[in-house]
Amino acid sequence: MSYRSSVEILTEWDIVAARQLGRNEAKEVGFGTVDQARITTAISELARNIYLYAGKGKIEIERISEGGKYGITIIASDEGPGIPDVRKVMEDGFSTSGGLGAGMPGVKRLMDTFKIDTVVGEGTVIKATKWIR
Amino acid sequence: MPQEIEKQYKEILKQYLMKQTERNLYEGQNFSRQLIKKNIAPDEVISIHKATLEEMFPELPMNVWNSFDLLIEMMIRYGLAHAEHQSLLQQQEEMKVEMDLAAKVQRTLLKTTRPKINGLEIGLVSVPARKMNGDYIYFLSDNLNNAGVAVADVIGKGIPAALCMSMIKYGMDSLQDVATDPKKVLDVINRIVEKSVNDDMFISMFYGRYNVENSLFTYATAGHEPALFYNAQNDEFTELHAKGLLLGVVANVSYEQHAVTMEAGDFVVMMTDGVTECRTDEGFIDPKIVITLIHSMRHEPAQTIVDSVFKELEKMQNFELRDDFTLVIFKKTS
Ligand SMILES: Nc1ncnc2c1ncn2[C@@H]1O[C@H](COP(=O)(O)OP(=O)(O)OP(=O)(O)O)[C@@H](O)[C@H]1O
Ligand SMILES: [Mg+2]
Repeated sequence: MSYRSSVEILTEWDIVAARQLGRNEAKEVGFGTVDQARITTAISELARNIYLYAGKGKIEIERISEGGKYGITIIASDEGPGIPDVRKVMEDGFSTSGGLGAGMPGVKRLMDTFKIDTVVGEGTVIKATKWIR
Repeated sequence: MPQEIEKQYKEILKQYLMKQTERNLYEGQNFSRQLIKKNIAPDEVISIHKATLEEMFPELPMNVWNSFDLLIEMMIRYGLAHAEHQSLLQQQEEMKVEMDLAAKVQRTLLKTTRPKINGLEIGLVSVPARKMNGDYIYFLSDNLNNAGVAVADVIGKGIPAALCMSMIKYGMDSLQDVATDPKKVLDVINRIVEKSVNDDMFISMFYGRYNVENSLFTYATAGHEPALFYNAQNDEFTELHAKGLLLGVVANVSYEQHAVTMEAGDFVVMMTDGVTECRTDEGFIDPKIVITLIHSMRHEPAQTIVDSVFKELEKMQNFELRDDFTLVIFKKTS
């Protein structure tokens, strides 16, 4: 049993819409203020990557529950160029903003689980989940 | 745990709001030290502050509470930057451990045995500036009549230089025969280096061989620091020069070969530029100092000479080696 909602990313303002959706969902599922802000930051990073590197794509938010635990999964998908060297991208200090803790390693830190599927020339799907503590 | 922290923070805040003393602030700083140790992110700290205030002053206006949410949002990135910093520090630590291991492997891999020849003393000191040594010493000997030594210096320091060394070692291993002429030794190594090394990697090398039967020290050099020959009878030093290009530049080089006859008390000093180009913050140390030092020790055993020269120069450089330091002495005793 899950509930999904989504935002298409086409312009920079869609990043804001995705953030808004994520924050609302996180609040309703029962996350505290800090975790709401963390989930929103993760969405923001992923949406910005779609906007910058794939041109367009979408952010979906799924409410999840398992054994009495509740949480949220972010699914960021696009049909852009894909990422050739994922290992490198996941290294600290690699992102273009370098050493500010943002980018994909930041998303991984903000969330509990992080999974990336990417094929060069076909696109990228990133799934990240956070559970209420 | 978070509740415990909130309780402690509430106490510290209450005290501070009451008295506002330096001591209260000091306690606050000590508390933040604990928080950092426990990896509590800055956004969380603000959230704790907000929750504590809500408990103490529930009547504060909405605007105040809302403003904290903006602050929390902004602090998220500081938390991430801090976490990234921690993980980079840890990586650095791991790298250090790896380097130590690599240096150990290098020492084992490049170990060479000092020849034992009647009437010849060999002194050797080789100290890397960083963890890995870019200078290399290789002895080749029949432990009877001949003792050969290769002194090589990779232009550059650290790991790339160290990796290069293994190549020279295997080249030298392939020679085996100490009767091989120095110019031939350099020729063989040059071909190996030329084939296997990038154009931006250069190695200088000196090869010298002492023969007991005729007391001849025969040598050739590939762009290396000239060796010094000390003639005891005349009490003077001369430089042992020979023409020869650095290793690895072109495949075909004909290296010059020369020889000097050694009498008892004479010695040959071979070194790398870490010795001749000792630097302090004020600039290069006068190379004549090296000669003066060696001269003052000329009656001592070969190992004592190299050890004391190293100690002296290390002291002059304030115990900061800027380049790998290698010094070898072949001294004829009888
Ligand atoms: N959806 C995507 N499609 C294609 N390439 C991507 C995508 N997301 C990330 N990348 C590639 O991965 C790299 C790293 O992304 P990451 O978000 O970690 O850092 P960044 O975007 O370069 O800098 P910043 O710190 O500002 O986010 C990007 O530079 C880009 O090349
Ligand atoms: Mg990015």
